[in-house]
Amino acid sequence: MPKDHGIGASPKRREDVRFLTGNGNYTDDINIHGQAYVHFLRSDVAHATINRIDTSAAEAMPGVVKIFTGDDFAEVGGVPCGWQVTDRFGEPMQEPRHPVIAHGKIKHVGEIVAAVVADSLDQARDAAEAIELDLDELPAVVDMKAALAEGATKIHDELTSNLCYDWGFVEENKEAVNKAFDEAAHVTSLELVNQRLVANPMEARVAIGDYSRSSDEYTLHTTSQNPHVIRLLMGAFVLGIPEHKLRVVAPDVGGGFGTKIFHYAEEAFCTFAAKACNRPVKWSSTRSEAFMSDAQGRDHVTKIELALDAENNFTAIRTDTHANMGAYLSTFASSVPTWLHGTLMAGNYKTPLIYVNVKAVFTNTVPVDAYRGAGRPEATFQLERVIDKAARELGVDPIALRRQNFITEFPYATPVAVEYDTGDYHGTMDKLEALADFGGFAARRAESEKAGKLRGLGVNCYIEACGIAPSALVGQLGARAGLYDAATVRVNATGSISVMVGAHSHGQGHETTFPQVVAEMIGIDESMVDIVHGDTGRIPFGMGTYGSRSIAVCGSAMVRATEKVIAKAKKIAAHLMEASDADIELKDGQFTVAGTDKSVAWGDVTLTAYVPHNYPLEDIEPGLEETAFYDPANFTYPAGAYACEVEVDPETGKVSIERFSAADDFGNIINPMIVDGQVHGGIGQGIGQALLENCVYDGDGQLLSASYMDYAMPRADDVPFYAVDHSSQTPCTHNPLGVKGCGEAGAIGSPPAVVNAVIDALRSAGHDVTHIDMPMSPARVWAAMNP
Amino acid sequence: MYNFDFERPSTIAEAVAALAGEDAQALGGGQTLIPTLKQRLAAPSKLVSLAGIAEMKGVTIADGVLTMGGGATHAEVAAEACPPLAALAGNIGDPAVRNRGTIGGSLANNDPAADYPAAMLALKSTIVTNAREISGDDFFRGMFETALEEREIITAVRCEVPQAANYQKFEQPASRFALVGVFVAKYADGVRVGVTGAAQEGAHRWGAAEAALSAEFSPGAVPPAPASEGLLSDLHGSAEYRAHLVAVLTRRAVAACG
Amino acid sequence: MSQVTMTVNGKTASGAIEGRTLLSQFLRDSLKLTGTHVGCDTGQCGACVVHVNGQAVKSCNMLAAEAEGAVVETIEGQAAPDGSLNTLQQAFQDHHGLQCGFCTPGMVMSAAALLKDNPKPTEAEIRAYLSGNLCRCTGYHNIVKAIMAASGQDVSAIAAE
Repeated sequence: MPKDHGIGASPKRREDVRFLTGNGNYTDDINIHGQAYVHFLRSDVAHATINRIDTSAAEAMPGVVKIFTGDDFAEVGGVPCGWQVTDRFGEPMQEPRHPVIAHGKIKHVGEIVAAVVADSLDQARDAAEAIELDLDELPAVVDMKAALAEGATKIHDELTSNLCYDWGFVEENKEAVNKAFDEAAHVTSLELVNQRLVANPMEARVAIGDYSRSSDEYTLHTTSQNPHVIRLLMGAFVLGIPEHKLRVVAPDVGGGFGTKIFHYAEEAFCTFAAKACNRPVKWSSTRSEAFMSDAQGRDHVTKIELALDAENNFTAIRTDTHANMGAYLSTFASSVPTWLHGTLMAGNYKTPLIYVNVKAVFTNTVPVDAYRGAGRPEATFQLERVIDKAARELGVDPIALRRQNFITEFPYATPVAVEYDTGDYHGTMDKLEALADFGGFAARRAESEKAGKLRGLGVNCYIEACGIAPSALVGQLGARAGLYDAATVRVNATGSISVMVGAHSHGQGHETTFPQVVAEMIGIDESMVDIVHGDTGRIPFGMGTYGSRSIAVCGSAMVRATEKVIAKAKKIAAHLMEASDADIELKDGQFTVAGTDKSVAWGDVTLTAYVPHNYPLEDIEPGLEETAFYDPANFTYPAGAYACEVEVDPETGKVSIERFSAADDFGNIINPMIVDGQVHGGIGQGIGQALLENCVYDGDGQLLSASYMDYAMPRADDVPFYAVDHSSQTPCTHNPLGVKGCGEAGAIGSPPAVVNAVIDALRSAGHDVTHIDMPMSPARVWAAMNP
Repeated sequence: MYNFDFERPSTIAEAVAALAGEDAQALGGGQTLIPTLKQRLAAPSKLVSLAGIAEMKGVTIADGVLTMGGGATHAEVAAEACPPLAALAGNIGDPAVRNRGTIGGSLANNDPAADYPAAMLALKSTIVTNAREISGDDFFRGMFETALEEREIITAVRCEVPQAANYQKFEQPASRFALVGVFVAKYADGVRVGVTGAAQEGAHRWGAAEAALSAEFSPGAVPPAPASEGLLSDLHGSAEYRAHLVAVLTRRAVAACG
Repeated sequence: MSQVTMTVNGKTASGAIEGRTLLSQFLRDSLKLTGTHVGCDTGQCGACVVHVNGQAVKSCNMLAAEAEGAVVETIEGQAAPDGSLNTLQQAFQDHHGLQCGFCTPGMVMSAAALLKDNPKPTEAEIRAYLSGNLCRCTGYHNIVKAIMAASGQDVSAIAAE
């Protein structure tokens, strides 16, 4: 019987009621009395010198409160990058200044050139049209390899070139890897593009800055996945506001997918302008603005090589990647192609030698940063594509080749610096084989062929590093922050509980799942537990939600805090029952003395904590509230195996996804319904990447895919029902819940399966196709069939 | 959006009068015009809504002629027109767009990837305005250009009901407009083939296919793909690919005519 | 400024508008019905779908002035007066048909319009009908499943919980 409450049950989501009745409270739903509106004048050229900005006519327009340019921000800090990568020569990365408003030069289409604050948004927009810009356009640098060429136009005058860093990992292994390739029985190589994507949470970003002259306190309402991170970055690095004078609130947030992790110029602007204008200042991004101001994702160009011995064992992997940073370094941009990518290059396989080279490049494009999976999809895609290609070259079954090379003993230290604590890759592959009905494929292919369609089956595995992250480790790797998390469990006198968590829910259902854990630990009804999140004024601290870390890191802090609460409550119970602490047991919300029939209820103890008439005041304080910070000992390593079946229309090249199956190992699971939903959503985005989505700039740095008219989002009729399974479970060995995280798996695991399937379909009709770059649009598939 | 005045007349005559002012513009369903206004790409002084004009409503079929009011929504055409055109209309945009967008508005806009123009070229259409009647063959004048004069309103559209017809649309994956769309209509006196999405000039007839299909109405009779010269090329498909699709979709449309 | 009057969720609602005021703006800003969301500016995402005179429309692609005298229904009017969810809303909750909730009001209003015209739609019909409603969270799986369930169809055979 499935459980009906607590850990492992699937209670309905409590947050759904407000969302289904229109009572959500998203940032754009908030209006502060007296607020003014900002319209950002954004550059329509990619690269230019700013000679002069004349705002005089605009300032005289109706309703204008104040107009800001880069000069107004010359005295404040730039938007910081949170991770310093050290290159393969031991030097720090090149880090350009990232002004809130362009100063001196414009470096990408969409960059803020001026900001108009006015009584109404239309007035602000009207006035922005009256601003006169005197610019000298410069050649745009768009292609990464051209950006690194001798004599290329430099984007940042203060840097020596457009190279952010040239990173080698593990540099010491390079010679051994090269030697392994020299000695290999077979080498498969593949050049591929992991195309640029736009995250596109359905809620575009919004920021409202407010300032109180009476208390000298600032409040920023913003669409963020991590309000404390914004408080830290904006307060400490940009505006110089101490934490106790700055509150950051992220209420209901309509999806994030990474792009709402980062601290953005618009947030700093609204906060700064609220004081400068002495009015709250609100910015609501349009979707068109989002396309040119939200940090974008992926954009890697890679050559990967796989060396095998005569028995088809993997002996070495070598990769050469160019990673596009865009014009500036967004908050975690530098870490994505390095520590979130190179460290995963072992995949699920016992390849003894690996060398990863990444050149990060500045271009005149919107900054690139983490998008669902962040580095791990890029690693998985290369590896699983090259393995598939190797299997074809060697004439062996691609699943058998994978199985032969699976890591089977844990813990396993990879040659790329991480240690997998646990896993069972044959186990997930076994689940997949059953789920995807490989046995029936031949018959399904025959049916498709009867209808004039080509059918293909593609399989891949994936592993990811989640539960980000052990602070000491990431500190060594260049992170400028700790990546622990925190929770406060506040028990009220009547026994109800508020849990203040540093994780932020923007679709993940924390308001339902986190109480499942606390309620189970105490043995009370889940309805007695609420979580509070998304407000630096109400929660102790937190690094937010990304990298599938919420339950693994913040959930662990919550468990620790709950354990402290229970320990104290037992002392109170012991006092009430005149027993020893050590003899107190807690079950189903009742404290009992072992071996007796004495008991007190949870509510009696909590009431006693707050009405301490009969209380051991000499030993313990009144009240029942505990905080814990949890810093993980290791990453977690969810892994799995995915399969996709496609049909290809040989006349048009159109691909349709006929079946999609996912077998994941997430360790222990709190709420299976929500885990399924996370996997579904990730697969939807992965199919989007594989078939539809493409963020494209022309040679002048103009964004061609600048709206939903040209950026193809996956829709309901682009995808099938997905078959998902997470019954293969190897619990994480180092966190208290044994959980691994599930938020990114679908987006990481699905693109290679789709591509492998399309290649399989085409080859079934005799087309000698080894690779098609994503998105595999009909035009590209047709071109591959008709070279 | 820039601000504008709004009027909602109830007769064609009132609408024409309301459009007399400088920079006044007619508003059909607004499904293209309103997004355009949001981008501040147009600055009409006044929008004259045609939605309240009863004489521009309705879809009827009588004596082999399909008549649609210029204000008929795509949803109404999908529900009431002859099957091939109904199917076309039922696949424009999405349901909410179809509930607002009108055939008159779509034709007046003449988006080079819109569906209706291909049908109008194939279906021996007549575009009826407040001032005159224009043959469908003379109406489309290139991308976003039509034979309409200032303040001229499409009040109705007439088509001759064909013996058989079919529209094949290959969607641009983002906008869901036609990357290429081909409307084939078979009449007693010959076959007409309207193509949309493919060409820089906008919707056009494919003469070679019409001649071949008029001689022999079978998929095998469709000529090889037309030359790619003059066809659109963008991030969704090259001119060569579009040319290829024109032939594929024409064959499929003929096959679907049975 | 001019005055517009319409019936919204069964109640007469009037307010001052400009010619350019969108129906979505009137609902959100004047009537404080912020359940109707705006997710794009090209009329494609569908977060703003409401019913006007019984038909699903994109309220960000319609002027408020065009709704003069109309009967408008929004997400706020879907639950029973006592707050209990209607069948469709309940199915979305039961089948985890929403995550961040931002597309949800438009999704529910579109689905409601579908079920009014087609009380037992097939999976393909549902997917086609939702082509103007983007969701970035769910991969659509549980949305489609919820709508099938709301129409009384047995969804137990559909893969996954």
